Amino acid sequence: MHDLYRPGNSLFHRMHAGHKVLCLVFAGSTIFLVSNLITLIAALVMITFCYRLAGLSLSDAYQQLRPVVVVLLLILIVQGLIHSWTLGFTVIARFAFLLLAAGLLTLTTRVSDMITTIESNLHWLRPIGVNPGKVSLAISLTLRFIPVMRRVTTEVREAQKVRGLERNLPALAIPVITRMLKMSDDISDALDARGYDPH
Amino acid sequence: MIDITDVDLKYGDRTILKNLSLRLTEKRIGIVGSNGSGKSSFARLLNGLVLPDQGQVLVDGIDTAKNAKAVRRKVGFVFQNPDNQIVMPIVEEDLAFGLKNRGLSKAEQAVKIDAILKHYDLDEHRNHPAHLLSGGQKQLLAIAGVLVMQPSYVVMDEPTTLLDLRNTMRISRAIDALEQPVIIVTHDLDLLSDFDRVIAFDQGRILADDTPSAALKTYITAMTHA
Repeated sequence: MHDLYRPGNSLFHRMHAGHKVLCLVFAGSTIFLVSNLITLIAALVMITFCYRLAGLSLSDAYQQLRPVVVVLLLILIVQGLIHSWTLGFTVIARFAFLLLAAGLLTLTTRVSDMITTIESNLHWLRPIGVNPGKVSLAISLTLRFIPVMRRVTTEVREAQKVRGLERNLPALAIPVITRMLKMSDDISDALDARGYDPH
Repeated sequence: MIDITDVDLKYGDRTILKNLSLRLTEKRIGIVGSNGSGKSSFARLLNGLVLPDQGQVLVDGIDTAKNAKAVRRKVGFVFQNPDNQIVMPIVEEDLAFGLKNRGLSKAEQAVKIDAILKHYDLDEHRNHPAHLLSGGQKQLLAIAGVLVMQPSYVVMDEPTTLLDLRNTMRISRAIDALEQPVIIVTHDLDLLSDFDRVIAFDQGRILADDTPSAALKTYITAMTHA
């Protein structure tokens, strides 16, 4: 999610993140009430058209489905052989619609807007000791530091390889965790230095 | 003005800084010293990230031990590794982080972010994930993230250590252009040639405190014969 957002000024980009999430929940629930294949295909055409309205390409839409194309084909084959081909196409059309709708949300919503939405919708948890600000910061930091962790892991793995150590999980995990702990101290200092107040 | 009076700093049993007294008034001050000499701890004292065990650090009259939050508003801090300082996934969001902490409205944030992105030539990267920037761009973003909050002083802890020559020069130019007084901890002695004052640390004490040429001569001589 941290690098999927495509900047733009379309209706979808301008919509409030919370409203988009509600639309996704509504559309995702409704699509399971639809069993007519023609209607489902129309829904797929419509959601693909929404990509164009959002200034995205058909390739962007396909990228949302690409990782699961094989799974969708397997579902189609299994459903087709066990039940009917119509049911098979119905099932994969629903999944494809859901993936495209979720992808549209991700591609047109900034992480910060999503996090603000999550933060503003978690206020009801304050009485039981949950600080929404801390939750949203934790999500942001997670998204920010996933690529950093990946890089640290690669660096440690390469350092071990050049010294003759191939796959060894504990030998990899210990230096990575040590570096991440040191890094977390620095990040904590950086948050302090930039005026972060958890209260 | 930053006043450091009779400061002792320890980490456990280890003495980091011993009986340190300084007044920092110049616009460009360089801090040099060998590894473990206490220079980075000294930098952290200046904005209250580290508090003295004894003595006092006053920033424009505000005691870091009594009102660290107010001191941090005055003293911006740039860390050695920008990866540890950039806390938000997207460039623009990271710049907004400090402003949001200050309670600025979204409109006010936008104005300041626009200006700083243009100033540091990062405008085209506004919506990019921070981790995809080059090392130099990350350090510029880290500096921009501090300067967008318009601190009265800027402290930098080895801002060019991880950079190549081109990016070091880029950061050097950015430092030269700063209006605020800047205190830089560095091993890059060339960076300090035009500075007003250089303080050299050795084993928690001041080895030299003079003009760049005089202080660096003392420092290099001491390190060569150590």
